[in-house]
This record gives sequence, C-alpha cells and structure tokens, in this order.
Amino acid sequence: MAGGAKPVRPGALPLAAGGAAAVAALLTIGTLLAVLARAGGAAWPDAADWAALRFTLWQAVLSAGLSVLLAVPVARALARRRFPGRGLFITLLGAPFILPVIVAVMGILAIFGRAGLFNTALGAIGVAPVSIYGLTGVVLAHVFFNLPLAVRLILQGWLAIPAERFRLAAALGFTARDIARHLERPMLREVVPGIAVTIFLICLTSFAVALTLGGGPKATTIELAIYQAFRFDFDLGRAAMLAGMQLVLCAVTAALAARLSLPPAFGAGLDTSQRRWDGTGRWVRLADGAAIGAAAVFLLLPLGAVAAEGLPRLLSLPAPVWQAAGLSLAVSLAATALAMALALPIALGAARFRRGRAFEILGMLPLATSALVVGTGLFLILRPVTSPGALALPVTALVNAVMALPFCLRALIPAARRVEADYARLADSLGMTGLARLRYLTLPRMRRPLGFAAGLTAALSMGDLGVITLFADPERATLPLQMYRLMSAYRLADAAGAALLLMGLSFGLFWIFDRGGRADAAV
Amino acid sequence: MIPKERPMTRYAPTATLTAALTLAAAPMAVAEEKPVLTVYTYDSFVSDWGPGPKIEAAFEETCGCDLRFVTAGDGAALLARLLLEGDHTEADVVLGLDTNLTARAAQSGLFAESGLGGVTYDLPVAWDDPIFVPYDWGYFAFVYDKTKVAEVPADFEALAASDLKVVIEDPRSSTPGLGLLLWVKEAYGDKAAAIWEGLSDNIVTVTPGWSEAYDMFLRGEADMVLSYTTSPAYHLIAEGDDSKAAAAFREGHYLQVEVAGKVAASDQVALADQFLAFIGTEAFQSVIPETNWMYPAVTPEGGLPAGFDTLVTPDKALLFPAEKAEAVRDAAISEWRAALSR
Repeated sequence: MAGGAKPVRPGALPLAAGGAAAVAALLTIGTLLAVLARAGGAAWPDAADWAALRFTLWQAVLSAGLSVLLAVPVARALARRRFPGRGLFITLLGAPFILPVIVAVMGILAIFGRAGLFNTALGAIGVAPVSIYGLTGVVLAHVFFNLPLAVRLILQGWLAIPAERFRLAAALGFTARDIARHLERPMLREVVPGIAVTIFLICLTSFAVALTLGGGPKATTIELAIYQAFRFDFDLGRAAMLAGMQLVLCAVTAALAARLSLPPAFGAGLDTSQRRWDGTGRWVRLADGAAIGAAAVFLLLPLGAVAAEGLPRLLSLPAPVWQAAGLSLAVSLAATALAMALALPIALGAARFRRGRAFEILGMLPLATSALVVGTGLFLILRPVTSPGALALPVTALVNAVMALPFCLRALIPAARRVEADYARLADSLGMTGLARLRYLTLPRMRRPLGFAAGLTAALSMGDLGVITLFADPERATLPLQMYRLMSAYRLADAAGAALLLMGLSFGLFWIFDRGGRADAAV
Repeated sequence: MIPKERPMTRYAPTATLTAALTLAAAPMAVAEEKPVLTVYTYDSFVSDWGPGPKIEAAFEETCGCDLRFVTAGDGAALLARLLLEGDHTEADVVLGLDTNLTARAAQSGLFAESGLGGVTYDLPVAWDDPIFVPYDWGYFAFVYDKTKVAEVPADFEALAASDLKVVIEDPRSSTPGLGLLLWVKEAYGDKAAAIWEGLSDNIVTVTPGWSEAYDMFLRGEADMVLSYTTSPAYHLIAEGDDSKAAAAFREGHYLQVEVAGKVAASDQVALADQFLAFIGTEAFQSVIPETNWMYPAVTPEGGLPAGFDTLVTPDKALLFPAEKAEAVRDAAISEWRAALSR
C-alpha cells in the first residue's frame, strides 16, 4: 500500500466508453454498411455530385465561420456583464438551435422574407425590398440556428476560466488587451476549433434549410442528392457513396479540429463564480450592449413571430395534436436518458485516456450522417428480426440520442478534461475511484454542461422528424409529424398552433434541464 | 414438505402469469380470427384530417377483416420502401403512387394485375392500366390570390414574361415538383429548357415538398404556388374564403392520377381484390373530395360537393404515359437544373 499516489485506473470506464462508442459506430457506420451491402456496391460521383459537394462545403464554411465570429463578442459581453434578465436571456438563446427546421424557417421568413417585417419596414421608408433567397438565405438561416449554440459553448469556456485569474488580472492592473492575450485567447484557442467544426458539420448535412431558402437547384447539397438517389432513383449505391463522402469529410475535419485545439494551461481555481473588474470603460460597455442587443433582435424576433402566429390556435388545437405532444415528450425523455448514458462515458474516456481522441471523433460522426441513411440502414438491419412499425418509438429515441451525442460531447469533453487535469492526481492519490469519484468529484464539477447537454438532447429529440417517417406507425404520430399532417391537410393555422406548442415544449424541456444544471450558480 | 413447497413457490407466479396471459389473450383471440389486410399508403392519407379513418371504417363494415395502414412519407417514399422490402413486404395493397411512379413500380415485378375490368372512371384520360387502379386525380396548376394578382398569366410564356413571383417544389424530392417538370416537358418538348430559363427570375425558391411551398404562398412570400386546380375548393368550403383561384393555362394542365395496386406476394389475395374493387364504390369515392381535396376517380352519385363547380376546368389534360414519364425524367431533371443554375 506504499506509494498511494499510484494511479488507479478503474476498469469499468473503458468498458462503458467503448460500449457507448460502439453504439454510435453501429448507428453511423453500421447503417451505412447495411445500405451498401444491400446495394451491392457504390457508384462513382458524377459532375452534379461534385457541384453539390462544392456548394455544400462552401455554405458550411461560411455558416460556421460567421456563426463563431459573431458569437465571440456576444459571449464576451455576456461573460463580463451583469444585467437583470441575463439568466433568462442566456436560456432563451438556446431556443433557435432547438427549433424544428420548418418552424425556424417560417420564423425567419416572417422577419426577413419578401413579405416579412424587415422588408415591410424598408418599403415604408421607400427602400426596395431585399431578397434573402440564395446563398445569403442559407447562411442567414444557418447562423440563426447555430449562433446561439456557439455563444453558449464559448460562454461556457469563458465561465470556466478560474475566477482567481480575473482577480489576479485586476490586481496586476491588466488592460482589456492584456486580459484578452493572457486569459481569453488561450481559452478561445481551446474551444473555438471544436465549435466551428461542429457547426460546419451540422451545416454539411443541411437539406430543408438549404433547399427552401436556397432559391433553386444552385443550392443543391449532398443531403438532397442522397434524398433524390433514395426516393426517385432508388439507387442505394449512389446514396451510400454520397453518405460515405459525408462521413469521410466529417472524420477528417473532426481530426483536424482535434489537432488545432490546444488545452489551456490555467491550472485549477477555487471553483467559485467569477467576478469581473475589467471592461468598465464607456466604449467597452457600449460595444457589449450593442453585441447583446443585436443578438437579441436577430435571434428573438423570429421566435416572437412564431409565437404570435401560433397563439390564436394554441388552445383550440385538435385532440390528436395533444396526444402526439404527450408521445413526443415520452420519446424525448427516453432519448435524453439514453444520450446521457452514452455521452458521459465517452466524454470521461476521451478526457482520461491517451487514445481518447478516437472516442471523440467517433462521437462526432452522427453529425455527418444522413438521417435517411441511418433510417434505411436500421430498417434493413431490423427487418429480418421484427416489424419496423413495432419498434417505431424505441428506434426514434435511440436514433435521437445518438444524433444528439456530438452536441453533448462538445459540452462535456472540455469540462471532463478540466476535471481530469485539475483533480485527477489528487483523486488518484486519495484512491478515489469508480462510483465514488463519479459522484463526489466528477458529476458536481460537470453539472452545468450535463444540464445543458440533457436540455439540448431533450429539445432536439422533441423536434426531430428524421427517422420516424421510415418507421412510422400511423397510430402513434409524434408532434412534428402531426404538424406536417396538419400542413398537408391545408390546416396551416392549426399547424402554426402546433408549431408554437412544439417550440414551447422543446424550450420548456431545455429550460428545465439547463436550469437544473445551473441551480448552484448565480448565472 | 419443504421440497414440495419450493416448487410451489417457484411455479406459482408462472401459473398466475399464464392465467393472466390467457385472460388477456382472450379478447385478442377474437380479433385475430379476422384476417388482416395491410395497406401501405402515404402519411397524409391516414391522418385524422385525411381520407384514411373514414375509408377504414367503411371497408371494415363489409370485409369482416382488419384493415391496417402502414405509412411512408409520400408517394415516392412509399415506392422506395416497397422496393427496399421486395418480396418480403408485409403489404397486400399499396395505395398512393402516381402515374410518374407506376412504370418503376410495374418494372419491379412486385405488383399483380388488378383483374378489375368494366369500371368506368371519370378521368380526363382513358384508363386501361391492367395493374393499377386510380382512386383520385387532379390537375397541377398555379394557385394565386384574386385580391392580389390583377393580371393572371394564361400560359408559361406569359408567366415568364411577367414579374410575378412563384414558389415551386423540387422535382428531386417531391411528386408535385416532378409533375411540374413533366408538365413543361410535355407542353414544350425541346423548348422546355428555354421556358425554365425564362421562369428562373420568377421563381422565388424551390421547396422540398408541397406543404412548405403552400405555406410560403399563404404567407405572401410568392404571388403564386404550384398546387392543384382543386386547392381553392379547400379555402372556399372549409374556410368560406373565395379569394384563391387557379390560373388556367392555354397549354393544358398536367394530370396527377393517384393509384393503388395489389402486391403479388400478398397472402390476402381475396381481400386485396375486394379492397381494389371497393375503391371504385360510393363509400370510398365520396370521402375523397373533402379530405384529399382531389377529384374522385368515380364521381359519387350525389355529384361533387358544392364549391367544386367554381373550380377552373382545363380544356386540355396532359399526361405522359407511365413508361414515357420514367424515360424522360432524368434528362428533364438535368435540363431543369442547368436552366435554373445559370
């Protein structure tokens, strides 16, 4: 028993992390292989596919770059300002990201569309209307979706800088520039590459947004080409080839990001909440106010439009919509539990083991998988065993959990690394392992990102329409499916009511989990 | 006594469980005596606002069977699912393909001939397909708001020359989008590319499906939307709003005929035949106009609902034969993509 500092490596973690990663691999690579096996081989991309690839990459690079670039000032402003309603605002910031695509697009059009608020206002002062359709619209929508995610994740990075550093900086008379150089840039260097790549990958598989706002076939993405290959051509080989292309792109960019991001060398702080002494100058305060104000207008107006439109019908929604809402809630909670069970071991594994990067990259793959390929692959895998309709809801929950995994990992891995870097040696020397370590050391330190990740998963799952359409059991429609049914039946006013209900429930779930994670802090 | 008691405690719960299962299974056994007819269809057909629930009830009254719907997103997704399942499909009947998909469906060899003869359909075209049975139809058309559009274009050239904004569906992801593509191709042949180039500045955007396009039109994002001549009937009958109308085009209007077919591998052949025959009856057809908002394939005895008489009726119906539609599709999509990408 001498040498109590000997690292004790519990055996359960590699097993759990490996198992969770295997589930992610089965749903991403496994389903693709199933489609490929059924097709009997892949096709070679043609000229149109390369054109689609170019457009896909270009819009994703623009969307990711712009989202991150705009997020930094907003996150910085939120990190150093205290104002009434700040907590609520930060929570509300999560809303655009968790909206179902169609709802968000309609919200954006209500503000920026041809008949939207913005153009109406321009018309009133005699300025010609501005059309957003085309690359502008695609990037605008992607920034609308992803800016909030970027702000939240970067803000987490800011809040993770130990409070003592800022105290020390103030004591040393650091200027804003000094703080940026010594504290903020190293933090950004750590978190930004991963966030940018995450958003890049989200935009890579964009389909409905790119098509609806893209203005025409110039805005063809790979995902649309997969859609076409599946549905009208029934060319599984081509679909598998295109999906493979997305996965390779994803793996390469994720690996690249892992190389780019450098862990900061702050050392541990006392784990208390930050107080800031910098940023008191008038211009800095004005700039911060402008950043927060602009983000609020850009992100909250479309949400307001969705709410205003749905409100009149919310209470008179037909009974099947309420049933669907209940069902969606159940699926979403199941997906959240599953996602946490998968994400936590992977995040801890990625932080603790030297080869942890592999887990991380595997956990990112769901971002680049096509919902259609996952659905079809699972369908092919499960069909010999059972009737797909019977598994509609469990499959939806599992797929939603795996699809949310990348976002969970983005939030959890940096936190896990920090716990590992700051406390691992101490915990090892105390012989604190296994569940005790998880309970007393890890979970309390990761409470905030865990709440955020659970909230994201629950909300994303609530609004998901991806895989349910292949497995749908007509008796058990989820809320997004029911909303589409209302739209197909011309009942657009009811559909707007259902959209508001969906937005409210998604947001409510997100709020509860996220709030739960932040219950110990004043932020 | 102890050795005897132990098995008791071990088996007693099992016995209870068996009894419970037998009890629970008793009502199910009655249901299971009924044969099950599985009908694959698109999602909006079975929704609470679609024709499905009424048709299911009406058919079950006469068939002594359990009609079970299984859904896929839309007509194209339906065919993709069937092709994915091949001969092992659970489907007995597939309902919801249109004539742009039937050639591919027939080629697959998964469908059997309907054996239905002598039904007189109220379709604008002669119907002699031995496999597929039509259940409803409609003309594609550009729908607009009468209070907002003063000069209504009378053909594609006039539309291209106007500064009206339209929203259309993508032919690569949506059946109405494919219908529009074939409409222009059938009407203009080699000149189709030129028509699309002319239209390119009128097209606000191209949506993945009908719902998004129609929603955008109602929000005022476009002056016109590619839909059906029957769309204004919904607004008139369900909402008492007579402001919507469909523009009649000189070239004629492309048809969408929605059909059902019997799956060759079905183990419920008699029921499947019975269902195909049921499609042409009053009980099925009378439900269609005000749930699917299409024309019924056989006009019900009482005629069409009031309001349908106000709709535009094109002078000329355009429709590629199924094989031709399949043959020209890929080239037409390339042509469309090239013309709109300039």
